[in-house]
Amino acid sequence: MLTVSIETQILFAGILFFLGLIGLLVRRNMIFMLMSIEIMFNSAGLVFIIAATHWKQPDGQVMFIFILAVTAVEVSIALALILQVYHHFKTLDADAVNKLKDHN
Amino acid sequence: MTTIIALIPAIPFLSFLILALFGHKLTRKLAGFIGAGSIGMVALFTFIVAIGFFKSLPEVKSYSVTIWEWINTGNLKVDISFSLDALSLVFCFVITFVGFLIHVYSIGFMSKDEGFSRFFAYMNLFIGSMLVLVLADNILLMYLGWEGVGLCSYLLIGFWYKEPANGYAARKAFIITRIGDTAMIIGIFILFLNFGTVNINELMQQASGKWASGSSLAVLTAALLLCGALGKSAQLPLQTWLPDAMAGPSPVSALIHAATMVTAGVYLIARTHVLFSLAPVVQSAIAIIGALTLLIAGFSALAQHDLKRILAYSTISQIGYMFLALGVGAWSAAVFHFMIHAFFKALLFLGAGIVILVLNEEHDIFKMGGLRKKMPVVFITFLIGSASLSALPLITAGFYSKDEILWYAYSSQSGSILLWLAGIVGALLTALYSFRMIFITFYGEAKTEPAFNPGKLMTVPLIVLAVLSLVGGYVELPASIGNIHLFSNLVDNTLPVVVVKAGENQEILFQLLSAIIALTGIYIAYLIYFKKPSLSEPFSHSRINKYFEKGWGFDKLYNTLFVNPVVWLSVIDKNDFFDWWNIGIARLALMFNSLLSYAQNGKLRWYLMSFAIGIALILTYMLSK
Amino acid sequence: MDVFFYIAASVAIISTILAISGRNAIHSLLYLILSLLAISVVLYLLNAPFIAALEVIIYAGAIMVLFIFVTMMLNIGIERETEKKWLNPRMWIVPSILALILLVNLILALKNVKSIPADNNVILPKQVGISLFSTYLLAVEIAAILLMAGVIGAYHLGSQKKKVKHRFLEIK
Repeated sequence: MLTVSIETQILFAGILFFLGLIGLLVRRNMIFMLMSIEIMFNSAGLVFIIAATHWKQPDGQVMFIFILAVTAVEVSIALALILQVYHHFKTLDADAVNKLKDHN
Repeated sequence: MTTIIALIPAIPFLSFLILALFGHKLTRKLAGFIGAGSIGMVALFTFIVAIGFFKSLPEVKSYSVTIWEWINTGNLKVDISFSLDALSLVFCFVITFVGFLIHVYSIGFMSKDEGFSRFFAYMNLFIGSMLVLVLADNILLMYLGWEGVGLCSYLLIGFWYKEPANGYAARKAFIITRIGDTAMIIGIFILFLNFGTVNINELMQQASGKWASGSSLAVLTAALLLCGALGKSAQLPLQTWLPDAMAGPSPVSALIHAATMVTAGVYLIARTHVLFSLAPVVQSAIAIIGALTLLIAGFSALAQHDLKRILAYSTISQIGYMFLALGVGAWSAAVFHFMIHAFFKALLFLGAGIVILVLNEEHDIFKMGGLRKKMPVVFITFLIGSASLSALPLITAGFYSKDEILWYAYSSQSGSILLWLAGIVGALLTALYSFRMIFITFYGEAKTEPAFNPGKLMTVPLIVLAVLSLVGGYVELPASIGNIHLFSNLVDNTLPVVVVKAGENQEILFQLLSAIIALTGIYIAYLIYFKKPSLSEPFSHSRINKYFEKGWGFDKLYNTLFVNPVVWLSVIDKNDFFDWWNIGIARLALMFNSLLSYAQNGKLRWYLMSFAIGIALILTYMLSK
Repeated sequence: MDVFFYIAASVAIISTILAISGRNAIHSLLYLILSLLAISVVLYLLNAPFIAALEVIIYAGAIMVLFIFVTMMLNIGIERETEKKWLNPRMWIVPSILALILLVNLILALKNVKSIPADNNVILPKQVGISLFSTYLLAVEIAAILLMAGVIGAYHLGSQKKKVKHRFLEIK
């Protein structure tokens, strides 16, 4: 039904992924970094569905469900960690959390 | 019998191992017991061996035992083998017996020191090396013991290593004796090159067969061995290390720098006497060096005000007497004086150690005084020791030994009136400085109060040594007094008898003269330092006194000639090409470190950026293929 | 039907761009939810209606809502000034170049893919369910354990020590 070529579909998913990557590299606020990671996860799952449609098998959708579960867990734990960091450092700046640097 | 001889050097090494490996875990009592007990056991063994030796005289003159093979390559074949004859027996007796008394004393002396077990480990290693030295069958093994005692001397002088001056004194001792040792090993090389063996008896036999008297090789070898002896025994010109070596603890000074190590040179010359008989030039040089040294050291001792330095210069002077005796061919007299000197010099050093310890490390005799009433035992034993040193006539052992040397200095074949004159002036000086020491330290009013009374561990060895300093001389009485020749009969089994050119009736005259000189010296010391101290004032502030005190300027001479140029050279050479290489490598590593540490700045986004760049690079690379 | 795909795709991309470049956190999260809805449309067009529903329910409905709650709890809307300071346009250059390089790589890599013409074969939830509980049963169990671990971890990591504030003592 859909006659869009598969390259376009994967390209679309790729553009979303790289948008997420740009967002991860540019933003300093940790909430935004986490959000960009979510975008990347989502686009990866999209590629799985594209593949499932392409090969006409349900395995891609199963994989997407697992990705969903993993994303959920990851988000909740990451947010809990961000809460702790915020309470300790009083800021959400990713550059402020640099205590592991080489003191030379 | 031979197994006991093999055990004699082995036991101190065993106890050294035990103390070195486990010393810090042992209690002080146990460590002291092991340290002193091992030497006591060795003394007992020496006693047993001596009885056996006496019984088997005069048929068997020496015992040999080979332990194992040391080197066997080409034509060099050296074994670890010991041989005991009369000369070694006398030396062993002194080393073990006096060593045992000093060890017992050290248990009390070092009881408050933190390096207690380390001290006994070093002392046992020293006794082991010294026993190897005197019992060695071949000259290479003797050199091993020679180096061993040099090492232990270094370790023990710098025992209190936290004080840098002690380390400097230890290094000075080691380096100066090293100069002598190098000459000695070259002499050993020449001997091996010519005779193909290192066994001492064989060497002496072959030397007397092949080398003519006065041949250049004999003179060269004898001179080289003499240099080795000069270094170890602190004679001219290598005598500058001994006064500085007083930085070590007093038992060390007593054992090493009075009784045993400094007499290793005497042993070497006595052992290789055949070689020296083949080079009469060198032998007269020994006598002259001995005479000069005893005079120079005697004058220097008169001007010192550190108690131990007086005794150090006195040691140099007395060994000068032994060298004088060796130089004129009076072998048994030299060994006799060595034995008696060991007794009273060890006694003096141990007594000085007690005095210094009790007065809270006060070394200056002008700050002492009045100790006669406060420490009677120490005073009486010290007095006996000084009397023996000054050769007080008839009652002290020192009189008999020194008198014998003086007589042979004149009457022996190669003796002369000049040598006797030097000896007699030296005797006057000896009496002067030793009683100066007594009067200033023990009489007068107390300028420093003693902190405590010494315990039995420290005083009993003093008493034993004092008794020996009095009666030890009775084994060898001259013909005019008792005509007992037990000692020389023993030693003459190994060493040749001295050849005398003057008559025996002249001997009484010389004995009277030496007795008078000794008493005169004591009287002068009494006048100047006890009755009227003001008489010594003009002398003690004069320039010549300063000159004597600095050891006749030898230290300054060596510093200017040798030490300062080398130091200047090495300062200039501090940053040469090879240093650049090493420093360059280190700087390179540091530069890389500082560069790379920029990449670890703890910032999360930095790391993410490096991820992204890496992925981009890798993907581009893979796609371009 | 293709036109729907292109419209939904462009909506998704535009709203994502707005999400990552916004200064207000809540606004960015809402843009992101919009992007997820557009992707859900794309998923429906790709013959995966069940997954489209799941995307809306779980992703947009649970995870993003969690995000929004935490953001509101942290009260960072006030810090608009810091966001402005942190986001100068100069910083976008290098990541954009990087992403462009990677995109070019992706395009080049896609040139060798041969495409099978799509057909109307919708994959029903029943197929997915059967596949889940027969072939991928073990993975389901592991995912369940993972979720439990996540719950426990989030609870534990999010707790703070009780601050007892007495009048005279302050124990942290």
